[in-house]
Amino acid sequence: MEVKVLTIKEDILGVNEKKAAKNRERLNEQRILTINIMSSPGAGKTSLILQAITGLKGKLRVGVIEGDVASQVDADKVHERGVPVVQINIPGGCHLDANMIESALNNLPLNEIDLLFIENVGNLICPAEFDLGEHKRVILASTPEGDDKPYKYPLMFTEADVVLVTKVDLLPHLDFQMDHFHKGVTGLNPDVKIFPVSVKTGEGLDQWFSWLIDQAKELKARPARR
Amino acid sequence: MHELPVTMSILSIVLEQAKTVQASRIKSISLKIGELSGVVPEYVETQFEFLSKDTIAAGAALVFNQPPARLRCRVCASVFSPNGQNWVCPNCHDRNIEIVSGRECFVESMEIE
Repeated sequence: MEVKVLTIKEDILGVNEKKAAKNRERLNEQRILTINIMSSPGAGKTSLILQAITGLKGKLRVGVIEGDVASQVDADKVHERGVPVVQINIPGGCHLDANMIESALNNLPLNEIDLLFIENVGNLICPAEFDLGEHKRVILASTPEGDDKPYKYPLMFTEADVVLVTKVDLLPHLDFQMDHFHKGVTGLNPDVKIFPVSVKTGEGLDQWFSWLIDQAKELKARPARR
Repeated sequence: MHELPVTMSILSIVLEQAKTVQASRIKSISLKIGELSGVVPEYVETQFEFLSKDTIAAGAALVFNQPPARLRCRVCASVFSPNGQNWVCPNCHDRNIEIVSGRECFVESMEIE
């Protein structure tokens, strides 16, 4: 039988990107500012979300999508705060994708949410490749992890809108050089915003909250599409 | 690290294309997988073998074209391939770096019968 060569040129992750674009359109229509939060396991994603729920009370109505390999420990903590939350468990999975977010959106009271946090699976590699339909990408780097994270995982930092340096209350006990960290991040990504924060002491949280409020306002003020 | 959805997507792309041209067998698949795509070809091969078992793509050879990472220094404009994960300009030693290429993740073509 004759062998033919067929040219395809199709993006392997194109299906995810199309679905992500659909999610984004839906979130735009609903005027829900959506933040994809990524970090290594243990950098403090959940604690930061819990702080935001408390700190933004009366200003923005928060909703949360929790991505984890197993358990609903994180979702339970969010639920206790009286905030709508969907837990996505992906046993053995290393990232969330746009399809999972679509199902999660179907299970959230979107009319009651101004700000949606998506807590991605703790991992500094795969989540960078999967657009979820979010508006902004936020990366957490905790001080005990060391100041070399942007040098070791450059790709992740090239696409962040905000980098939160967490657990800065521990700085006096660590060799973390803030300058070295800053240089690594801004070299890859000159437009990024870097906020040093601590949920323990509250340091820097106001700045981070103001940024979120400004972004949400901007989204609300966008003219509706005809 | 995230090869499974990548492999599943490769398979569904080639099967769909094969269907539209009524191919009876897929003999080989050419993939362009950049160094920065985070996709490990060996994993894709193992998974593909398993996933394609009962399809017309079973036994297809996967041909990987792997463009290296190319970076540009924003200070002196040198374009270079990095030494592993250490992204520093070999010319002026600055770390003000942007990605030129290496993130490709495409099905380029396939051989069919």
